Amino acid sequence: MVNRNVRREFLGYSLTFSCALIAILLTLAIILFLGWKGLAVFTQHKISLTNIFSVHWWPDRPAGAGGPQVGVLTFIFGSVITSTLAVLVSAPLGVTVAVFMAEISPRLGQRFLQPVIELLAGIPSVVYGYIGLSVLVPFIRNNIGGTGFSLLAGVMVLAVMILPTIASMATDAIRALPGTLKEAALALGATRWQAIRTVILPSARAGILMGVVLGLARAFGEALAVQMVIGNRREIPHSILDPLITLTSGITMDMGNTVQGSLWNDTLWFMALILLVLSFFFIFLIRLLGRKGAVH
Amino acid sequence: MKAQVKDKLATAGFYLGAGLVVLILFSLLGYIIVHGYRAIDLQFLLSEPETLRAGGGIGPNIFNSFYLLFLSMALTAPLGVLAGIYLAEYARQNQFTNLIRLSIETLTSLPSIVVGLFGLLIFVTMFGFGYSLVAGALALTVINLPMMVRVTEENLRTVPRDLREASLSLGATKWQTICRVVLPTALPGLITGIIITAGRVFGEAAALLFTAGMTTPHLNFSQLDITQPTCPWNPFRPGETLAVHIWKINSEALIPDVRRVADGSAAVLVLVVLGFNLFARWVARRFTCRLTGG
Repeated sequence: MVNRNVRREFLGYSLTFSCALIAILLTLAIILFLGWKGLAVFTQHKISLTNIFSVHWWPDRPAGAGGPQVGVLTFIFGSVITSTLAVLVSAPLGVTVAVFMAEISPRLGQRFLQPVIELLAGIPSVVYGYIGLSVLVPFIRNNIGGTGFSLLAGVMVLAVMILPTIASMATDAIRALPGTLKEAALALGATRWQAIRTVILPSARAGILMGVVLGLARAFGEALAVQMVIGNRREIPHSILDPLITLTSGITMDMGNTVQGSLWNDTLWFMALILLVLSFFFIFLIRLLGRKGAVH
Repeated sequence: MKAQVKDKLATAGFYLGAGLVVLILFSLLGYIIVHGYRAIDLQFLLSEPETLRAGGGIGPNIFNSFYLLFLSMALTAPLGVLAGIYLAEYARQNQFTNLIRLSIETLTSLPSIVVGLFGLLIFVTMFGFGYSLVAGALALTVINLPMMVRVTEENLRTVPRDLREASLSLGATKWQTICRVVLPTALPGLITGIIITAGRVFGEAAALLFTAGMTTPHLNFSQLDITQPTCPWNPFRPGETLAVHIWKINSEALIPDVRRVADGSAAVLVLVVLGFNLFARWVARRFTCRLTGG
């Protein structure tokens, strides 16, 4: 009896331990395999850094004409500009909603806005893409200009998609502040708006920024919704109404149509590696902000 | 006086912002439901998609989505719960635990298309599964594992210490305490978490493009030989889910009635995801009542 319990004890421990170990192994495997495939452009195709970090894209240019050009800068620029603009649109609105839920009307916030935010977060990304494609793109084409497939459409779709992330992180950050902070400000004769602007928002800054970075990371990694509305033209856009391409949409467009091991295909893996490295950068930023926030 | 005016203006601004978000949601949902209502009928829900002609449905896609969801949750739920138990009950404050947490954080923030590519490389190509439901389920497991672990850990941590101590003081071993006391107490939260995770699986598409594939063979529901490609239950056949179907028809379809199929598919997808959320809430409330009221 005692023996059986000891054995079960050991079994239980090792079972849960190995499942936790799987999380580490998976992460390592992803880093190793993506690194291996992503660096093939250098190890196997001997592509130079100046070639890959350029804006020239002609992956099947014949050797006689100077060889293939696989500049990924256009894709990186597309990802950076769409997600940055999306955050710039979304963050103010997200913080406004957060202040509303935490400070202005907690009752309405709890009963009404919380479920609304959760519902927005729950709508699958392809549905955002579908609505962007069937409502936003024609609207831009008919009322603003261009073909509709544009940076503007991508920004709008992404802004709505990351709104829940920013709003809920900011709400948590504001709710976590000690109530005495606001009371002190109010006791000094500040109006509610003054208290929010000068005390609450600055104190919750780290948490709010964390939400913004998380939103940025989501926008950066989002693939299908963006791909459906931005037009996917491999050029740097000149205006907000021009089509463009991002890292994720580039991968989505070409991965199925290129031959495994070809330079074109391996360039896509390199783009995936960039996405992976960037998500590490975002984790690093969030950890940094988390440590800063803990000081308060 | 000026400060008071500013305060009023700011308050109005906050109401406006909140109102705008509510408006966005209701116009999104309104659009989906109204357009979906026109497109959905029984024939649409049951028949197979067409590639060139009008009149196709989404029957196999709905089936694939649910079957894939089942396959992936059958993997994710045990793995995630066990890893969560480790973190909540056994893990000490050391480098190894830090490494687990860092890994989980990394997995959480991976773009789903990157997971899809990893799945293409490992499950589809190296393991030789090809574009298949199994490869899709494994990719989805990579995506959902971190969430399952976190949900489990959080729920186990809400179980009062007294319960564990009472059980241990009665002579139960740690594992017995976990299985007979901690897990049953945390069960409502765990089930809720599993349902919510499942809802997210349903809408996932980017990771499935290159793992479960973008095609479905003709399914024959009277075919029970699981090794046959026409058998719906064969996990090694490719399967296009509803979410992937929505992406595909919107970006490259040749059928003349794209709008109708897209409208109907989006509505079904959103309604199912909403259904999962409501179901999770219902389960949570029901179980809580029984545990506290019984």
